[in-house]
Amino acid sequence: MLGEQIIKGMAVTARNFFGSYATKERLTTVQYPEERLPQKGNTRQFPFLVYDGDDAEKGLRCVACQICEKECPPKCIYIVKSKDKKPDYKGQPQIYPLTFDIDISVCMSCQICVEVCPFESIKMNTEFELSTADRFGSLLLTKEQLAKPNSYYQKIHPVDAAESDAVIAAEKAKAEAKAKAAAEAKAKADAEAKAKAAVATAPIMPPANPPTTT
Amino acid sequence: MFDQLDQIFVTALHWLVSFVPEMLRPLVTPLICISFILAVFPAYFSIITIFERKGIGRIQNRYGPNRVGMPWPLNKIFNWSLAGFGQFIPDGLKMLTKEDIVPRAADKIVHFLAPVVMLIPVLLSYSVLPFGKNMTLADYDAGLLFFFAVGGAVEISVFMAGWSSRNKYSLLGAMRAIAQMVSYEIPLILSAVSVVMIVGSLKLTDIIAHQNHYTFGIAHWHVFTPWGFIGFVLFFIASLAESNRTPFDLPEAESEIIAGYFTEYSGFKFALFFLGEYLGMFAISGLGITLFLGGWTAPFSFLTWIPSWIWFFGKLTAIIFVFIWIRATLPRLRMDQLMNFAWKFMLPLALINMLVAGIWHYMAADWQRWLVCGALIAGAYVLLGRGLMQNQKLGKRIYRYAE
Repeated sequence: MLGEQIIKGMAVTARNFFGSYATKERLTTVQYPEERLPQKGNTRQFPFLVYDGDDAEKGLRCVACQICEKECPPKCIYIVKSKDKKPDYKGQPQIYPLTFDIDISVCMSCQICVEVCPFESIKMNTEFELSTADRFGSLLLTKEQLAKPNSYYQKIHPVDAAESDAVIAAEKAKAEAKAKAAAEAKAKADAEAKAKAAVATAPIMPPANPPTTT
Repeated sequence: MFDQLDQIFVTALHWLVSFVPEMLRPLVTPLICISFILAVFPAYFSIITIFERKGIGRIQNRYGPNRVGMPWPLNKIFNWSLAGFGQFIPDGLKMLTKEDIVPRAADKIVHFLAPVVMLIPVLLSYSVLPFGKNMTLADYDAGLLFFFAVGGAVEISVFMAGWSSRNKYSLLGAMRAIAQMVSYEIPLILSAVSVVMIVGSLKLTDIIAHQNHYTFGIAHWHVFTPWGFIGFVLFFIASLAESNRTPFDLPEAESEIIAGYFTEYSGFKFALFFLGEYLGMFAISGLGITLFLGGWTAPFSFLTWIPSWIWFFGKLTAIIFVFIWIRATLPRLRMDQLMNFAWKFMLPLALINMLVAGIWHYMAADWQRWLVCGALIAGAYVLLGRGLMQNQKLGKRIYRYAE
């Protein structure tokens, strides 16, 4: 009969209407500022700079190599190199960025800077509530605003941070091993030189302690 | 005490008028009534928009607006969350502060006049509606006729808006609106005619008085009779079409023709159209209540102590809720379905209903007339419905794609 299906349809909508008051599960809305969905593992918004330790100035991994600045498609990164050098995590003296600015009104979140960075220094942030009352100034993030501790990175991207920590640790171990080897080689050379000198001054006497080879 | 509450607005009016010299009273009394109507119904409109948004939200398993609380200076004193019921204030402010854009090619005068022409007849139609006992602004002997005559002017404004905008969408919307309103005005009026045949008067207070008595405690509302029931259904469907509500919202069909005849309107003029449309919906629902649902009378004799204006606004809100419910349920009709439904189903059923009303009037008041009239109505409904659906191939739609 005419109108039968309309009545059925009306029953469905009425059930949804009253059901939405009866069972909370029906409502899929997330009441945003108070309720938040957990963020997805691969969330990325805008880049930030990682530093080790507590001091952002001392522990900053960035060595101002400017690869990211050159690779950035919309050219939103601006770096000024330092004239002096400071030791990095390996203890090597490195230059560091005097200025490191990212204009996030230009950035397109492509993550190319993260991919090209050889120092595990620039990473993607998950912060998305970036609206400001100021149109230009507040959207230009400076080095101080961009620098975040490694613990923060470990919190927002645990898997990626573990990988990057492993790379850093391996680099560091390699550098240490190299340094140790170099030191030992140097010690050996010193000892040999000393021995030679001793032989030259007193050729009859054998060396008291022959150098051990490792 | 309840009698006083029932007549509270009438007493207030008399008290107000008593301050005015005798000579000016016939002029001042309607002015006060007019300002009352102009204040109450737009306020009711603003509240209904919230109910509509919240109701549709709930039907779609959303919350709807639930943020806006007290407006700015007041929130310092009372920081109540009004659960979103303050939403109409920012909505209204937004409408009023928007830029008023008139297309360069538009007919400026007609473009300006259209929303005004829309609103005035709608407001005029309120003058004959009885909102409660002794609460009618102008109780004409031909009140029903006045209502329909004034309501006919809305079509002009719709076409003015569509034509003057110089926009194809506007014109299409206006042409659709004219076709729809003219087609549905006929069943609307014919279903009201059956009431006039039984009551024998076009005066709306007489129509209510005819329904205001009780048998076994149940009111003699026209909707409780076979002809009245089908008359009410026809009237309701036709009033949906007259007020351009879903599923008859072809004139403004967003997905097809942007906003139909008010595509080129913005700001305050758009707000006027919006207001006019809703006020028209309230007016026609109010008429439906008066004709079929006993106006301001109570459904059961033991409920007559509740003030009459509460009954009127309660019934109005219930009808508007059904409008909203239907809007959230049914998809829009196609133009040919719209026309078929009006001319092949509604019109013949309204004519048969008039015949049944005549039979009801002349048969003796016992169970036999219920049987005869009920059978006639049910038979006509089933047969006409079958006739309407005859050549329709209903079922799952089959999609064919290019190989």
